Amino acid sequence: MEQLATYHRRRQALYGWLLVSPALILLTLFALSPTVATFWASLHSRGTIRRPSAFSGWDNYADLIADPSFATVVGNNLLYAGVTIPASIVIALAMALWANAKIPLRGVVRGAFFTPTMLPMIAAANIWLFFYTPGLGVIDAVTGLFGLPPVNWLGQPQTALWAVIVVTVWKEAGFFMIFYLAALQTIPPDLREAAAVEGAGRITYTRRVLLPLLMPTTAFIFINALINSVKLIDHLFILTKGGPNNASKLVLYWVWEMAFAYFDAPRAAAMTVLVLLVLGLIAVFQFRVLDRRIHYR
Amino acid sequence: MSKPPFIRLDGVSKSWGGNRGVERVDLAIDEGEFVVLLGPSGCGKSTTLRMIAGLETPDTGRVVIAGRDMTAEPPAARGLSMVFQSYALFPHLTVADNITFGLSVRRVPRRERQDALAKAVSLTGLTGLEGRKPAALSGGQRQRVALARAIVAGHPICLMDEPLSNLDAKLRHAVRQEIRALQRELGMTVVYVTHDQTEAMGMADRVVLMNGGRVEQADTPDALYLHPDTAFVATFLGSPPMVLMPAESVPERLLPPGTPRDDLAGLDIGIRPEAISLAEPAPHRHRATVRDAEFLGAETLVYLTTGTGEAIARLPGRLTIRAGEPVGIDWAPGAATLFERATGKRLSLPPREHRHAEAGASHGGSAPPRAMGATGHPPHFQTETLP
Ligand SMILES: Nc1ncnc2c1ncn2[C@@H]1O[C@H](COP(=O)(O)OP(=O)(O)OP(=O)(O)O)[C@@H](O)[C@H]1O
Ligand SMILES: [Mg+2]
Repeated sequence: MEQLATYHRRRQALYGWLLVSPALILLTLFALSPTVATFWASLHSRGTIRRPSAFSGWDNYADLIADPSFATVVGNNLLYAGVTIPASIVIALAMALWANAKIPLRGVVRGAFFTPTMLPMIAAANIWLFFYTPGLGVIDAVTGLFGLPPVNWLGQPQTALWAVIVVTVWKEAGFFMIFYLAALQTIPPDLREAAAVEGAGRITYTRRVLLPLLMPTTAFIFINALINSVKLIDHLFILTKGGPNNASKLVLYWVWEMAFAYFDAPRAAAMTVLVLLVLGLIAVFQFRVLDRRIHYR
Repeated sequence: MSKPPFIRLDGVSKSWGGNRGVERVDLAIDEGEFVVLLGPSGCGKSTTLRMIAGLETPDTGRVVIAGRDMTAEPPAARGLSMVFQSYALFPHLTVADNITFGLSVRRVPRRERQDALAKAVSLTGLTGLEGRKPAALSGGQRQRVALARAIVAGHPICLMDEPLSNLDAKLRHAVRQEIRALQRELGMTVVYVTHDQTEAMGMADRVVLMNGGRVEQADTPDALYLHPDTAFVATFLGSPPMVLMPAESVPERLLPPGTPRDDLAGLDIGIRPEAISLAEPAPHRHRATVRDAEFLGAETLVYLTTGTGEAIARLPGRLTIRAGEPVGIDWAPGAATLFERATGKRLSLPPREHRHAEAGASHGGSAPPRAMGATGHPPHFQTETLP
């Protein structure tokens, strides 16, 4: 008996390993090993033809943090994330609630909200480049009607990052709306009716039923928005190239610059490792703390 | 004596585009009454209930509750609670929070809320489950939570839309009794929707039988069964339902007393299967052939083919009978009802009306006409007791 049970348990374990092995192999190949390689690279000095790369410990990290650009870029990215994440989530939710309501032209509204998502980021950035063109662009044309002087939104340090933020929110909100819309359709309509019979108005229903039921979606969107705030930099290439004077430079753009414009791969690797570290900590926080307060169906 | 009705629908209609929902429904429900809306699928039961609840606004007509015109009021203002077919429990809230949702929305103080919760929980037998989420409950327990949520606020009216249809047959039977007991104890006025006639007959003070968006007949269960106003009511209720045959095809002796003999052409005669007895074929009996027989334990259903169609007889015990056998079918003339074929309306016959009035006066005490099965023709087919 005992033996049979052990045998069965072993077989189950073997099954388990067989089932996870494809994922395990792919993840090791394409996620784990590059991470380790990056970390390894970050611990070495930059190799030149005359001076080959050598182990240098934490030197790259020290250099990086000492660089004045580091504070600027990290600060930029924190502001960028701190604005784009909540703004796109709130706008996505509002649009989803609106597009889910029984309104005329519902299909058109949904389509309009979703269009930005279907554009590649590069194309979206090009459209906005035209919006922002000083003197000629749509924005200046409108503000001109009120007699305001033209503004070079992308060209001055005070506004460049905010101009980029607007493009990101515009692009992401429509995408996140789709998730909210999908989640809203899975909420049975009789919950609203039951709430109405129990005396809950629109706002109470939204606050006490709808939002809690949307929490899993919000968590998912939050993580996506967070990842995008680090990894989505396509529009920077079109709009500002990080300028003027680093005013709109984000971390990944800086990494790209270090690696492919200045060919300082070890420093780029060090910055990448720092980013991974922060994202990892946030992921742990998400799983440990947030998930426990979310109701999953 | 004549208290105004507690809930009143005045010519209420609702349609969706060309889609007919409910047409000119008039209904008066007394306080403390248990009224069941019954009818085939799509006849407008839910729509009627939802208009009482305020979840649907009628196109025309008025909804009056406790003397106030509530037609335009939101559900929350109507002083009622509702049990949904799906139960509509909030999946992210515990049983206790689900039950007290309405109370906390209405900002009832915590202490009062706790007291009401404790009472509702013990009344519905949910003690010990207060902390669970709906996903961790069985179907029956979820049903109880929905019920507890409906009674916790002490609203005088409770609306239920097929609350038992997701339960298994045995549980349904038990919960049926519990709902009825709860309604009596709390003195609630209940409007209950079902398409299950045994549920309706077993629970209702009054059954409102609907068809195609209209009220076909609203009456006590026995009145509905014994004196159907229309052929639809007659054939909807009872399983198997009333047998309808052209009046001209049956021997004159079997027509109800007072039948206008000269004008049988447009009439159907209706007989409950249990009022039919079988005997040797004879000229004074209606002729039929046995098609099949189903033994159901306490009774046998005999499927018959008559000259004009099909008929079913429901006989106690077990019969030895073969398919293809010619038989004579018989019934007490008083047990039959005549309907106009064109309109489906019952033909009022003077003596029958008299009996109807009598039955109405001594309600509940009147013997059903099936007792008149003693026709003086001893059944030829012996009922055989099982070994
Ligand atoms: N929201 C709606 N839009 C369009 N038609 C509707 C709507 N709700 C109900 N109807 C129509 O109204 C009629 C009555 O529907 P209702 O839901 O009241 O039927 P019911 O008697 O409750 O049936 P069931 O026993 O199947 O629940 C049906 O023909 C249905 O198609
Ligand atoms: Mg229904």
